Amino acid sequence: MSARATRRKAVNLVAGVVAGAAALLSLLALGSILWTLVARGLPALHWSVLTTSMAPTGENGGLANAIVGSLIQVALGMAVAVPIGIMAGTYLSEYARGSKLGDVIRFVSDILLSAPSILVGLFVYVLLVATTNTYSGFAGGIALAVIAIPMIVRTTEDMLSLVPVALREAAAALGAPKWKVVTLIAWRAAGSGISTGILLALARVAGETAPLLFTSLGNLNWSTSLGKPMASLPLTIYQYAGSPYDDLVQLAWTGALLVTLGVLAINIIAQLALSRKR
Amino acid sequence: MTGAAGTLAAAAPPPVVAGPASSRGKERLFAGTVTTSGLLVFGLLGAIILMLLLGAWPALKTFGPTFFWNPIWDSVADQYGAGVMIYGTLATSLLALIIAVPLAMGVAYALTEIVPQALRRPIGILIQLLAAIPSIIYGMWGFFILAPYIAEHVVLNVADAFADVPVLNRVFDYGSGNNLFTAGLVLAVMILPLITAMFVEVLGATPVILKESVYGLGATRFEVIRHVALPYGKRAFIGAIMLGLGRALGETMAVTFVIGNATRLSPSIFAQGATISSTIANEFNEAGGGSLKLAALLGLGVTLFVISFIVLSISRALVGRRVEN
Repeated sequence: MSARATRRKAVNLVAGVVAGAAALLSLLALGSILWTLVARGLPALHWSVLTTSMAPTGENGGLANAIVGSLIQVALGMAVAVPIGIMAGTYLSEYARGSKLGDVIRFVSDILLSAPSILVGLFVYVLLVATTNTYSGFAGGIALAVIAIPMIVRTTEDMLSLVPVALREAAAALGAPKWKVVTLIAWRAAGSGISTGILLALARVAGETAPLLFTSLGNLNWSTSLGKPMASLPLTIYQYAGSPYDDLVQLAWTGALLVTLGVLAINIIAQLALSRKR
Repeated sequence: MTGAAGTLAAAAPPPVVAGPASSRGKERLFAGTVTTSGLLVFGLLGAIILMLLLGAWPALKTFGPTFFWNPIWDSVADQYGAGVMIYGTLATSLLALIIAVPLAMGVAYALTEIVPQALRRPIGILIQLLAAIPSIIYGMWGFFILAPYIAEHVVLNVADAFADVPVLNRVFDYGSGNNLFTAGLVLAVMILPLITAMFVEVLGATPVILKESVYGLGATRFEVIRHVALPYGKRAFIGAIMLGLGRALGETMAVTFVIGNATRLSPSIFAQGATISSTIANEFNEAGGGSLKLAALLGLGVTLFVISFIVLSISRALVGRRVEN
């Protein structure tokens, strides 16, 4: 074997080893995160965390109000985002193919999709908090909606564009008007894909902290009023993790474990639904 | 026969265009609803820009364009400039890229060329799941695990090593575990799954026939990646990196925990610092409604918007919109 061939083989081997090392190192870092989460969060995971509200240090508080606050705000956000997102995605796929306006809206939606979430928080602060002079669960829900909308727009458009044109033409040939072709044929054919997108958006907003900092603010007490500041799991984790008290830090880890488990569970369900369809 | 054809012709539905009035009304209603929703999404971005500018106006008027580079952020003297935060944002994000891009490249190479076929899909799903973990979790991990480790094992050793080297002893000066470097490291770990997933997709998009023909010439796996797949997907790779950069620039929670939140300028990467988003998150609740400080924080928001808009536009121009997700 020539020296040149030996050298090329050696380079190939080294590249493989380096790539393997990079993969190992990455898995190590990410494994460390998951391990820390479980090791620190699990020991304190009791029913009482889910049933009692937040309390000052030393009083054995739980996370019940934060969990309920999160559920309320995420539900409100999704209730606003799902119809708008699906409609706008339908517009892009069915009514704006090749139009200038469609291209602009698609670009805007993509920018919104990747825009820093803290900016959404600032936006909703100026729009809803500064004008009403009160932080509120409503403002928090709207902020989450703004984050979810572009995600749903994107998946709706993508999934609708996968529906074969022949299917639409067949319906149109039977005399169905366009709105019936879209709602009865295209939406139905793309239904499971769109649902997956909605689930992924749900998982994403459930873990968002930054947009809630100056919209729903957080609340130490039990409150389900949309007009008042409202607690949420990610915000509570943020507040407790930075506190000097061990029991509150412990609660932050337990909350972090809960959020991650919830987010991962939704993601796994979405992935399974998607792979079954394939 | 003719009779049957005649019946069919007679039973043919009337032309759709001239359908009953109620059907046309529904058509118009539906088209109107979806178009309105589309315009609403368009208006959303306009509203975000407008609201940020509106809120930031008092600060922009007071400090003029110098707001965008003045490195003084002094709540006591009511003097505000975005210089330190812009530096912190760019420094931590670039650091994150320098660490994450080679790692992601290595992982993507290993995944597409070395790992057995059967394991690729599970590992691919694992990467997507890791990308879905909320950023606050990365922040907590950085704060409780990484920062103490950096303080104990990295800062001292590195600073010792460079103590007598002229310029470098300023860059690697002694400091705590909460610093720009740690923030960059946490960001790198956070964007790693995202970039890796996109890299794997780009590598997988190289036409097999192109790779096979180079293998046929006797090339090694590494040479095929280096001389075929990399040049073939160059634009998409850069676009993916820009998307990772966009993500790092605007990240709040992962950074706020570990950067130390000091609003003064230092040449050392082991010094405490601040990014745009960490400053907004930290100081917002200290700023009263209608105060100049609040306007300055919204001005920081405007700055961040401009920076991410530029980065995202470049990314989109390079990759189109299919690689992401």
